[in-house]
Formats: sequence, C-alpha cells, structure tokens
Amino acid sequence: MPRTRTPVVAGWFEGDGDGFRLLGTRCASCASVFFPREDHYCRNPACASGELEEIRLSRRGRVWSFTDSRYRPPSPYVSDPELPWQPYVLIAVELAAERIVVLGQAAPGVTVADLAVGMEAEVVPGVLHEDAATTWTTWHWRPAGVRA
Amino acid sequence: MDDVALAAGGGAGVTAEVAVLGAGMHPWGKWGRSFVEYGVVAARAALADAGLQWRDIGSVIGAGTVRGGYPGYIAGATFARALGWQGSRVASVYAACASGAQAVDAARAQILSGQADAVLVVGADAAPKGFFRPAGGDRPDDPDWLRFRVLGATNPVYFGLYARRRMAVYGDTTDDFAQVKVKNAAMGALNPRARYRSPVTAEEVAASAVVADPLRLLDICATSDGGAAVVLASMEFARRHGHPEPVRIRAVSTVTPRFPNTVLDLPDIATDSAVAVDPPGGTFRMSIAGAAYEEAGIGPEDLSLAEVYDLSTALEVQWYEDLGLCGAGEGVRLLRDGATALGGRVPVNVSGGLASFGEAVPAQAIAQVCELTWQLRGEAGGRQVAGARVGISANQGLFGHGSAVIAVR
Ligand SMILES: [Zn+2]
Repeated sequence: MPRTRTPVVAGWFEGDGDGFRLLGTRCASCASVFFPREDHYCRNPACASGELEEIRLSRRGRVWSFTDSRYRPPSPYVSDPELPWQPYVLIAVELAAERIVVLGQAAPGVTVADLAVGMEAEVVPGVLHEDAATTWTTWHWRPAGVRA
Repeated sequence: MDDVALAAGGGAGVTAEVAVLGAGMHPWGKWGRSFVEYGVVAARAALADAGLQWRDIGSVIGAGTVRGGYPGYIAGATFARALGWQGSRVASVYAACASGAQAVDAARAQILSGQADAVLVVGADAAPKGFFRPAGGDRPDDPDWLRFRVLGATNPVYFGLYARRRMAVYGDTTDDFAQVKVKNAAMGALNPRARYRSPVTAEEVAASAVVADPLRLLDICATSDGGAAVVLASMEFARRHGHPEPVRIRAVSTVTPRFPNTVLDLPDIATDSAVAVDPPGGTFRMSIAGAAYEEAGIGPEDLSLAEVYDLSTALEVQWYEDLGLCGAGEGVRLLRDGATALGGRVPVNVSGGLASFGEAVPAQAIAQVCELTWQLRGEAGGRQVAGARVGISANQGLFGHGSAVIAVR
C-alpha cells in the first residue's frame, strides 16, 4: 500500500516542484508578514487587527547563516536509532521581499562546505521521514548551483 | 514603613537599591540528586553568609525548573517546605534562563514596596543528560516542540548559526572563539564552585568534536546540576543586622524584545518580518543591557566586571558588543587585547562562566549575582578583580526572556 503524503505541519507550505512555496500570513491592516503563520492576531504592537490573509512567501532568498547537526537530536525529532546518525545541514535564509529569516533543513546531500553566507538559496519540497503508512513532508533549502 | 521612605529617596530617575546580605551556592556538577537538595544547601549557605536565621526571612521566591509536569514542583514552596514551613510569603517564577533574575526582581519589588524586609531567592536544577529537549507529548502549538519535531533544531544549532554569521560578517575565526574557552577555563580552575576546574588549551578545543559547525564540544556549555541563593533586604534591615556597607542591587532589567525582532532567537523557526515596521535601533540583547544601564544611571564605561551567558564561546564575544564594552564587530579585538581577561580593563566571566559551570537554568542568573557579590566584597580569592565597584550580569533565554542585574558597592 503506498504511503500517504502528509505535511509535518498543516498549512505551512503547499505545491509541488517549481510551484512549491512556504505559506505565511499577512495582516490586512498593517501588512506585517508572519511565518509560521499567525491566523488570529497581528503581533505588530501598533496594530490591533485580527484579520490575516494567507500568502505564499518568496521562493528564493539569501543564506543568512548555516550550521549542521552532528549528533542525533532528541525526540520529538524522529530518527531510526538502529541506523548510524547521518548529520544534516540547517540553513537560515533571508527573504528580501518579506524581510524575514526562515530556518530550514538543507536538501539532502548539501554539506556546510557547499555553503557561504550571502549565497542564493531556494525553497524545495522535501521529506522529513517516513513510517509504515505516511511520508511526512517538509520544506528544504537548496543553495543555488548545488544539485545533490 | 522606613523602607518605603528609603525607596522614595533613592535618587532622581533611579530605582532605589536593595542590599545583598548573603550569597550561597551548591557546587555545580552532575550529582544525580534532587534539585531540592541543591537549593537547600545554597539557601543555608546564603543565610549563613548573611548572618541570619531562616526564621528571619519574611518571603521566599523560588526560580522554577520544569521537570515531570509541575514547574519545579512549585519551586518557592518546595524550598520553603524543605527548610521548614515557617509561614513566610512565597512565590515562584519561571522565565527560562532569566528565571533567577526575575526572582531577584520580584524580591526587590517586595522589599521596596514594604511587603518584606528580607527575602530569600533560591534556584536549583538537576539537568538531564545531553541536549535539552521539550517536555513529552505532542504539542504542535508549542514553538519549542515544533523546532525539534520539524527541524531537529537543538540549542547548539542556534549557537552554530550565530557563530557562523559572526565569522561571515566580522571575520571572527574559530581560533578566536577557542580563546574564550581558554580564558574562562583558566578562571574556572580558580573557582571551587565550578564543575570544570581544569585549564583548557586552544589545541584541546580544536581537537574536540564538532557539534554544530563551526562550534565544537568545548565551545558549547554543558548542562549541569547546581543551586544558588541570595538573601536580599532593605537597606534599613541591612543596617539593623550589622551590614553597614552591603553590596547593593541598583538595577534589574527583565524587558521583552521589541517588534520586529530580526535576530533568530530560540526556539523560533523564523524571525519577525520587518516588512511593515522598521526594526528597533538595537537588538534584544542590547536592550536588556540598555534598560539596566538606564535604571542604574551608569554606562558600560563604569563597569569593573561582567558576568554574561556564554552558552557558546562565540556568544560571549557577542555579549561584549551587546553590553557596549566595544562597538559592533569589535568583540574579538577586545578579547585578543586581553581586556576581558582577569587584569584587563573589564574582566568578563571571572567566575569561569557557563564554560566552567555548565548551565543549571533556574540557578544560573542567581549564581551570576553571587559572583558579583563576592567580587564586589573583595572575597573572590585568586579570581578577584582588583578594586571592583560595579558589576553587571546578563543573560538571554528562550521565549523572549532575558535579564541583566547591576550590583554596586
Ligand atoms: Zn497588523
């Protein structure tokens, strides 16, 4: 039986391939942007609006910083304790249009040696982990010019 | 109501002072016992240091840890019960890494408002092994749970991001960061309450395993067991009990960030967006120190020493700039010049810092105040800062918590 594809968090991203985007919200009153999404209140202290609309965030941004996780993170991160730990890279990407920095895992195969602060990166669909019934999907950052 | 009159006379635009009559700690380590035991040892040490009996204390404020459901089994009352119920006021405070400083702030407010003459502030923790992790259960509405679930973003991941950013923007190197560890380990070796008491070389830092690139194991603070306590009192109470010239707390800053916060702070997955509102003039950490300076009516140039939250070596360098000891990007130069070492212009973390202690969350901000107290009294032995008159402590923790305390003598 094929696994069901389920986002690790509902409403944070949508689409496939080149159409994949992070989803945020924008305040209808002051235009502040939120990711992760705020749906019930605007966090601008000068704005009392409760009206927020869903928006798709920019596909590309610039690497603000990066690091990696050389040791197995604790639960609720899901990993198979039977398998040796495989480090992965995390990238914080600054989106110019939204003036926001968003953290994410790098696409599989990316290493810190591939990266530099200021480099362009784009958001791509990714898989966080799989269990018997479900493929848990997420977003990944892929640096421009790196095809792992 | 002498205390209230004194409070009102505290000086133009400056909050009135409270006295630090006693400071005490349970040594940091990995002892494997209950946090209550560490807190009681620290509390009794602080009472003895103050020359007071437990029954002299009118209020107990506990800094909470979160273990097994209840925050610290309701910390204030747990410590009061262990010391023996005696009908004092009681309160508990939880504010992540700033818990201890918020407990100090609550104690100060009680003293200045006349609710209590002498307050015991206690924080203690029995830390789990390895990475800090969120409490159990599925909590998809909890940012702390989400960063682990979605990204596996441990605390060192954030420290690695900050360190790499400094390297790219300011040209700091991993060798520079290692020198923070070398400096703090040398201080910790002189502190009998520190957990790690061996000098560390730059070669040893460089040979330790990478945890979160570019940071290695010896760049990142451990998690520890420990307990710390202070006895705070009104200046009038201090005089009546034989403390004519006590160390005084002149400022406690516990401000929140300002929107939009454009630094990726723990445990967030993204910064605030600055698209609609321009960012404030300085970062959250700068505002923590700034509020303390303003309240105390002093500036960074007045400091004799600072105790800062060196969760990582690179973060200590960041604090130099956030405290205003130097300009943005100049922290490493200050370090290289020896200005922040013992004997330098403004020694930082002469206690040995988190590098030598490891973090015992609710106790740590209180331990910082303990070190300031001993330094300002001239009782710090081999790590004494000569002629110390003004000290600041500073920390930042999860969920927009941070604090700074300024003590003077
Ligand atoms: Zn708004």
